[in-house]
Amino acid sequence: MDMKSFDTRFRIIRIKKIIRENDVTNTYIFDYPLFAKPGQFVMVWIPGVDEKPMSVAFSDGREFWITVCKVGGFSSSMHELKVGDKIGIRGPFGTHYEIGNGQKIVLVAGGYGVAPMYFAAHEAVSAGCNVDFLMGARNKDLLIYTHKILGLGVNLQIATDDGSVGVKGYITKILEEVLGKSKVDKVFTCGPEVMMKAVGEISFAKKVSCYISVEKYMKCGIGVCGQCAIDDTGDLVCKKGPVMSWDYLRKLPEVGQYHRDAQGKKQYFFKKTI
Amino acid sequence: MTNLSVKFCGVKFKNPTVLASGILGVTASSLKNVVRCGAGGVTTKSIWLNENAGHKNPTMFGTEHYFLNAVGLSDAGIEKAVSETFPEYLKKKPAPIIASIVAANIDDFGRLAEEITKCKPDIIEVNIACPNVEDKHGKPFSCVAGDSAKVTKIVRARTKKPIIIKLTPNVYNIGEIASACADSGADGFCAINTLYGMEIDINVRMPILANKSGGVSGPGIKPVAVKAVYDIYKATKLPIIGTGGIMTGEDAIGMMMAGARLVGIGTMVYYRGAEGFGEVVSEMENWCAKNGVKNIEEIIGCAH
Repeated sequence: MDMKSFDTRFRIIRIKKIIRENDVTNTYIFDYPLFAKPGQFVMVWIPGVDEKPMSVAFSDGREFWITVCKVGGFSSSMHELKVGDKIGIRGPFGTHYEIGNGQKIVLVAGGYGVAPMYFAAHEAVSAGCNVDFLMGARNKDLLIYTHKILGLGVNLQIATDDGSVGVKGYITKILEEVLGKSKVDKVFTCGPEVMMKAVGEISFAKKVSCYISVEKYMKCGIGVCGQCAIDDTGDLVCKKGPVMSWDYLRKLPEVGQYHRDAQGKKQYFFKKTI
Repeated sequence: MTNLSVKFCGVKFKNPTVLASGILGVTASSLKNVVRCGAGGVTTKSIWLNENAGHKNPTMFGTEHYFLNAVGLSDAGIEKAVSETFPEYLKKKPAPIIASIVAANIDDFGRLAEEITKCKPDIIEVNIACPNVEDKHGKPFSCVAGDSAKVTKIVRARTKKPIIIKLTPNVYNIGEIASACADSGADGFCAINTLYGMEIDINVRMPILANKSGGVSGPGIKPVAVKAVYDIYKATKLPIIGTGGIMTGEDAIGMMMAGARLVGIGTMVYYRGAEGFGEVVSEMENWCAKNGVKNIEEIIGCAH
């Protein structure tokens, strides 16, 4: 055992640049060789505030990015930070999207899942893959990363709930069309769990292997606290995930149904009707 | 082949390794996974009467020598234990389960003992030793012999299940505290809980843990744990779950020689994963085979 690798104390780094993506979303750029792969996460510590897991939006061995939407206390604190401010990081942790050379890959991103999917698209293009990027959002104002994605030269299709840009409706409709048209090697998805479940089911019906990024409440991120254990195998999402195959997930009772809060209590995505 | 099975407070464990409280114990499926990996038994995360929020992150990190945590005993309360954790675990129950209970006052310990008994655990572990709740609730009961005895007495009066008391190492004479619990009706002990600890991040000039201080576990605390178990064994002769810094089968054997009947394992999961339980058990088996130990119970307390 290389005991040195067991040091999971923070590395303190400074924010190099902040990019405004939309009214509620920023991308933070750090000069730090994280060596993360698409789908992996880092634990981000704002000293004196809190520490949360964040998907890596880009990493090239020189710098890395995280994209943060203002949704709660922690992300609001993140938005108050300025260039030059210090944060702590641990990681990268977890599994990643496995991208083979020259494959036909469909990426389905919902909401802020676009950021890690951009990273996957970047790596897939480098590996000579043919990439369809399907992006879903509530409306035009909430879209992020569109120019960066177009810059990769991938086939981008957009669906919005209100039709303010792209097709009106759910992104899953476009996925069905794409999977119906040509042979696809893999589907990768990141976004709200209920959307990812639909993506998993559609891919399964078309016999295409699908990998989703499971989001659970995490505390330690290093396989000890048990907070992110998934029912009913008890596997830890921070270790065996966050990227897990739909083949595995589809048999579990938890996926698309509930998650657990900080006290370990079940919280259902939809209110139970009984 | 060595017989690794151990009887503890009348309960049979297929091997002496037990998942320690607070690690991987949030859900029944997680506990069952630990048994699948090789553990002889499991301990739940400490259960409160009511929901308890716990501390903010950072709650834990590790180094090559030690691990530091301040989760703050987050829990959904007895209701989740009754409605979910125990019914799920007891369905095709794979190994004995120890219910860890924690409370901020003596009356709550009594009520909790009664409620948790209905969940049908094999053993009740009374956690009067966690260092991570002290700022809210004063120092742990197990720092003072009289307080430890009071808690033991009320729990004893409210349940017929075997009760073991979890003790803190942060005391001058742990044998004296154990004796006070033994005189008040304890059936055994679990020792040790974590040591007090703090670590500063020098780049931001503040403690790493959100709670500032926390509990130290992992490889570095093993000698502290062995000494505590040795002292409790000498003072009471009651069965002990020896826990603290057990990483390998050899560590577990040493702990049993000091007087432990069962060996609690927690932080090992950080270094070897849950799969480490199976590995520790085979390492124990190998050691016994090489050293002519036919029955693991032979070595309990043999270092005295």
